[in-house]
Amino acid sequence: MSDQVLSFTDRGIYCAAGDFYIDPWRPVDRALITHGHADHARSGHKRYLCTEACAPVMRHRLGDISVETVKFGETRKIGDALVSFHPAGHLPGSAQIRVEVAGEVWVASGDYKVVPDGISEPFEPVKCHSFITECTFGLPVFKWDDQAHVAHDLNAWWAANAGEGKATILGAYSLGKAQRLLSMVDPDIGPILTHGAVENTNAVLRAQGYHLPDTVHVTPDLNPKDHPGALIIAPPSALGSNWSRRFGASSTAFASGWMRLRGVRRRRAADRGFVISDHADWPGLMTAIKETGAENIYATHGYTDIFARWLKTQGYNAQVVPTEFGGEDDEAEEAA
Amino acid sequence: MKDFAALFTTIDQTTKTTAKTAALADFFTSASDDDKLWTIALFSGRRPKRAVTTTQLREWAAEVGGIPLWLLEESYPIVGDLAETIALILPPPRRESDLPLTHWITELKALTALDVDARKHRILDAWDQLDATERFLFNKLITGGFRIGVSQKLMTRALAKATRQEEASLAHRLMGGWTPDTTTYHALIEAEDAAADDSRPYPFYLAYQLEDDPDALGAPDHWQAEWKWDGIRGQVILRNGTHHVWSRGEELMTDRFPEFARLRDFLPDGIVLDGEIVAWDGTQPFPFNTLQARIGRKTVPKKLLAEAPVILLAYDLLEQDGEDLRDLPLRDRRARLDTVLGSVPEDAPIRPAPPLAFDTWDALADIRASARDARAEGLMLKRLDSPYLSGRKKGDWWKWKLDPLTVDAVMIYAQQGHGRRANLFTDFTFAVWNGNDLVPFTKAYSGLTDEEFRKITAWVRKNTQQRFGPVRQVTPHHVFEIAFEGIHASPRHKSGIALRFPRMSRWRHDKPLQEANTLDDLKELLETYG
Repeated sequence: MSDQVLSFTDRGIYCAAGDFYIDPWRPVDRALITHGHADHARSGHKRYLCTEACAPVMRHRLGDISVETVKFGETRKIGDALVSFHPAGHLPGSAQIRVEVAGEVWVASGDYKVVPDGISEPFEPVKCHSFITECTFGLPVFKWDDQAHVAHDLNAWWAANAGEGKATILGAYSLGKAQRLLSMVDPDIGPILTHGAVENTNAVLRAQGYHLPDTVHVTPDLNPKDHPGALIIAPPSALGSNWSRRFGASSTAFASGWMRLRGVRRRRAADRGFVISDHADWPGLMTAIKETGAENIYATHGYTDIFARWLKTQGYNAQVVPTEFGGEDDEAEEAA
Repeated sequence: MKDFAALFTTIDQTTKTTAKTAALADFFTSASDDDKLWTIALFSGRRPKRAVTTTQLREWAAEVGGIPLWLLEESYPIVGDLAETIALILPPPRRESDLPLTHWITELKALTALDVDARKHRILDAWDQLDATERFLFNKLITGGFRIGVSQKLMTRALAKATRQEEASLAHRLMGGWTPDTTTYHALIEAEDAAADDSRPYPFYLAYQLEDDPDALGAPDHWQAEWKWDGIRGQVILRNGTHHVWSRGEELMTDRFPEFARLRDFLPDGIVLDGEIVAWDGTQPFPFNTLQARIGRKTVPKKLLAEAPVILLAYDLLEQDGEDLRDLPLRDRRARLDTVLGSVPEDAPIRPAPPLAFDTWDALADIRASARDARAEGLMLKRLDSPYLSGRKKGDWWKWKLDPLTVDAVMIYAQQGHGRRANLFTDFTFAVWNGNDLVPFTKAYSGLTDEEFRKITAWVRKNTQQRFGPVRQVTPHHVFEIAFEGIHASPRHKSGIALRFPRMSRWRHDKPLQEANTLDDLKELLETYG
């Protein structure tokens, strides 16, 4: 295992030539981080390396950590490895990590999506020999409508609720999904209110120069009556809680790739489910894999067995990354 | 189809009953009579005859979707619904059309006369002009099980609203053996003599489970108590020289229980009886699994007929001399029932379900404790003044079941659920100890809260040892209390036993793995209660 450029250990993806880990899930000396979601950027590492665009969010979430940053596309030499970060299109600042050792190139993609969303740096295909891909939505039933179409439905729903005097509450993960939704909605329909978890992330991203429409932070003394016809964006866990009851009559929705499935939509018991994901859909995964030109594909995070089997029928040397490594926790599902 | 798809979407997007009822009532006001009739049929469990097999559908969909069949098969358990899986993998339609619901049903019926190639051509052609929601509904028409969050009761209420008729009388009109091929919307819903069908049963009155002490019900002398039998709730109808047997699920079971033909020899014409169909050993019911052997068969071999004869334990009289008695108080209906059954010979396949004598609730509690000896599940409590209502209504009828039997068992396999529970691990296999081995003995799917299912799902994902298709073998760790209503010997099961109505009653976080029950414990229960 250890003479591979990257290997899979019980702490995470390891590069022996550079003695570093990528998105490790147990404390290590040196961690290269693809993006700020909690299942990738964990606390407790001694040194962090990530993109400039990713660092502010990581500091915000992990507190006082030792972070070194690189620009997208900039090459860094670590031990015998050449390392560079390339946009993954998953959320603002998210990256794939390219690692080259003695001419052999591996790419750890972290989470990614190939379609531009208007706010994240667009996905950039990186040529490599071996590609580590997520497959959260690695089944042919997962196909996303284009964003303009979903944005139209989303705005129509909000406008209809506003017309009926109802509040519109949208559950979305506070980092990434929430900001993407903010860039999709039409601020002319009404005021946009945000839960603290969302607003704190907004503040970090605005300070970096990402453009977001004006939002109002929902504080305990905010009177919802002062904001008729509002759209409220909150983490999924806030829906149906006391926090959301203050808005009175409302229509609720979740935004996630899982909303493609009627069963999941119904289980979440919201009025609407918008199919909007930060992850690649089935055609997106196929495009991304093809464009890397890689022969070896390592499938992680998702329907790995099925996905690897399919890739084999397509002529790839595909393997499943051992399960202990692929954490599929609740948060990852909500963020999807 | 677009108006029907819009109706479905509205219903599917809300969890509020009032919004569903309003959407359906609108549809019943605006749709054509044919579409209304089919909508009523679909929401009361009737569907067009299946013209293509689901195997064919899968193969054709995989072909059109450009994926191998195995990949569709792997996707199906994750989506949880075949009609939906197929709708999701098909490429977008190349044409658009707006033909009514009835057109597509007629199209499906016409398939039966065609050869397989022609059927395939027609199905593919349909897929190519329907949008995602319409395709899902079209596929549902073929695969059946049209359950989309609308109960027959809700549909009936909406229909009552749209037609300004009484809900109860509409419910009665919708009972029975009609299909859209044998009637029209006018004849079923609007015509004067809609009750003329000799086979039509009454909507069943269903009891709620008594959660509190019976003291809360007031004076015991206002109540009648009966055993709650573990059989099939049924109505036996004798009208105009014919007889019909209906199950609570509104299934016509006349042919499955040929014994009841003899009832015409003893009983007057123009009556409807409500009671429990049980397999009878001469003095008391056989355990339910004996009756189960009868249920699956449309025609019954002589041997089985002799081994497991059925009788009706009758507890209510709903019609006499062709007259609806449901508004009479129970005490009067009961008196008439006893008179009707008074002259029936001992060996007839019917007997009155005897009311149990008791003076105080405490005395009744003692009787309840002996229910297993009487091969009953507990007691039924019925208010003597009550009319026979329709559907599940609180207040006049209660079931007061025995506390279930329980064992503590270890979870060893997990599988994802279907439909609403797709993508959550909800179907588990449980084992008990046999020496140092864990022997699987039952599956269970229900009893946990959504929150608990989420927790166990996260745990299963992290503790999978091996995968067998959709089934995951997990590290033996969690102990659950399994509650069940009965236990019997079963050579088909590895453990040699089978449970009735097993469910998870508690997640025993407090119990270490080693303290789960043993196979010997189960055998002891079998000895005592089997």
